[in-house]
Parts: sequence; structure tokens; C-alpha cells
Amino acid sequence: MQWLIRFLVGGTVVSVFALTGDVLRPKGFAGLFAAAPSVALATLGLTVLREGSSYAALEARSMILGALALVIYAGGCVYLMARRHVRAAPSSLGLLWVWAVLALTLRCVLL
Amino acid sequence: MLIKVDFSSLRQVQWHEYLIRFVLGGMVTVLTGLIAKAYGPVTGGLFLALPAIFPASVTLLEKHERDKKRRAGIAFTLRGRLAAALDARGATMGALAMVVFAGLVWQLLPRMKPAAALACALGSWLLLATLLWYVRRRHPWSPPRTLS
Repeated sequence: MQWLIRFLVGGTVVSVFALTGDVLRPKGFAGLFAAAPSVALATLGLTVLREGSSYAALEARSMILGALALVIYAGGCVYLMARRHVRAAPSSLGLLWVWAVLALTLRCVLL
Repeated sequence: MLIKVDFSSLRQVQWHEYLIRFVLGGMVTVLTGLIAKAYGPVTGGLFLALPAIFPASVTLLEKHERDKKRRAGIAFTLRGRLAAALDARGATMGALAMVVFAGLVWQLLPRMKPAAALACALGSWLLLATLLWYVRRRHPWSPPRTLS
């Protein structure tokens, strides 16, 4: 049951942020919402209720490293799409491994 | 006005695209919970910044731009890719602000009511992301490509 609630809450929060990005202009500003902490908000909110604030704060600390990896990932997507004219799907999916390797490396080195 | 709201753009999005984002968002939220349960909060927290929705959003954006041009009779265009690149550029700034969001949550959650801490962090994310976007717009480090 808790996983169903997680699924519904997460889907709703992500959809709200995505919709917000859809209606905002210019596109560059709307793009901010593609990196909105929507999943984090849903997850942290549910985690606080289930595990407490300290546990959620630990998750947030690691999220800093995940977000740093996300900056590099997004920058890589910009390069591929704007400079190399690679299409969005192969760019964004193809660089996911970069995010994963960076995030996990930072976690192992720093935490 | 610099920032506008355009509700007509919602008509471009088909219902199954909303469903895809809802399902993806739900799945990623469940996934982060499962990872934290299996490997602990230190590893699980990394995945709070997983770019799971971004590939779907940017692909849909590119598709909409391409379809718009195709309906206008233009067969080949870079517009879709450039629109997606603009979105990705915005996402880079959003990600930078997300670092601050995460830091604030880490520090404020043990000290404040959770709802207040999350609201404060979210407000800070929005302010900082908007500021970064505004500064970038005023002082581009490369010639801006404008899309009409």
C-alpha cells in the first residue's frame, strides 16, 4: 500500500511541475522546471512521514552530490543537442550513464 | 513581460504524454524508495536527483516542434533540437539551484517543521533558478539563438 501511495504522490507532484513547465514561456525559463526537485519533494515528504526528519536529511545530503552530477549531465545534453545537433532522445538517454557514474563516484569518495 | 503563461500550449500535449510523465514520476518515486530501503539513505538520496523525467520531457518538446514545422510544410528543421537544447540549458540552471535546495533541506529539516523546511527550500530553488536564468539571459556567454 505504501508503494502505491508513493507512486500516486510522486506521479502527481511530477505532473504538476511538468505542466507548469509546459505553460511557461520563454522555453529557456520553462526548462528550469525540467530540473525541478519534484521527485525529491514527493520522496522527502513521504520519507519524513515514514522514517523521520533525520533520515530524510541524510537523503538530502546525498542529493547534493546527485544534483552536482545532474549539472554535468544537463550540460552534456546541451552540448550534444545545440552543438552536435544530436536528437533529444539519444542525447538525454545516452548520457544517463554519465550521471550514474558521477553520482556514485562522488558518493564513494565524499561520503 | 519577461515570463509569460501560455495555456494554449497545453493543447499541443496529448493525453498519453501526460500519462507517460505521471507514470514515470510515480515509478521514479517508488524506485528511490526501494533503493533507500535496500542500500540506505546515503545511497538512496543520490537518486532524488535522477534525471528520469528529463529525457521524456525534452523528447516530447522536440517532437512538438518538429510536428509544428511539418504541419507548416517544412520537412527538415533543426528547430526541434534547438528547442530541446534550450530546455536542457534551463535544466542546467535548475540543477544548479537543486544543489542549494538539497543543502537547505539537509540543514533545515532537523531544525524546523518538515513542511516549512521543504517550502523554504523549494522557494529558494525557484528564486535561485530564476535568478540564474535571468543573469544568463542578460549576459549570455555564447551568442543566443533566438526562436520566434
